[in-house]
Amino acid sequence: MTTKRSPEPFAWLLFSAGGMVAALLVPVLLLLFGIAFPLGLLSAPDHAYLASVVSHPITLLVLFGLCVLALLHWAHRFRYTLYDGLQLKKYGVPITICCYGGAIVGSVVAAVVLLRAL
Amino acid sequence: MSTRDAASSEQRLYRPPVSLTWWLRKPSYLLFGLRELSSVFIAWFVVYLLMLVYAVSSGSAAYQDFLDLSANPLVLILNVIALAFVLLHTITWFGLAPKAMVLRLGARRVPPGVILAAHYAAWLVVSAVVAWVILR
Repeated sequence: MTTKRSPEPFAWLLFSAGGMVAALLVPVLLLLFGIAFPLGLLSAPDHAYLASVVSHPITLLVLFGLCVLALLHWAHRFRYTLYDGLQLKKYGVPITICCYGGAIVGSVVAAVVLLRAL
Repeated sequence: MSTRDAASSEQRLYRPPVSLTWWLRKPSYLLFGLRELSSVFIAWFVVYLLMLVYAVSSGSAAYQDFLDLSANPLVLILNVIALAFVLLHTITWFGLAPKAMVLRLGARRVPPGVILAAHYAAWLVVSAVVAWVILR
């Protein structure tokens, strides 16, 4: 008897890794660049300094990992949000293609944007 | 395909119809729904982060344009909402970690409270390091 292997555990592993990096890194980055700097609570770093941080290979590697895993996390969780929340399980194939396809396209865009900063 | 055909190809199970708004029925269902929705705001953050990196690598004028955009009231409100959802994600994610992770030291199981505290400690350290690098 042959057993058919489901890709679900692999998708879940990436979802889980993405959930962890997003939980650790996103709040501080969003608080600083989305709220504290725009409101003037803290002064935003000047361009020369931030450019030197962003162009550092370690920063780019961390940001690339964050982008790819966070997008895969989104793809997996949003797929089930549509399945369960909106009862769209019957459209499972197009939803799956759009979610993971979107995450892959987003990852390629992230790679291009980050390599440009190197 | 009629429902009769569908039923004959699978087991005949009664599936009560679920309303589209089932997640509004109980506070715990609503919290589940909001937690699931947090992924959309994490995806928005990735877009925002890439806009920032693109602006910084394009020069100081583009970086200033990004800072002006981030101070736009609509973008600011979106980011406040996004931060609320991201915090909901972080807190519920860490809350589940002790249930998902069963660590053993010898024969003894590491208590769930220790695993939870370790996650919050890691969050604090990572946030402090990131803030130090950016604000230095």
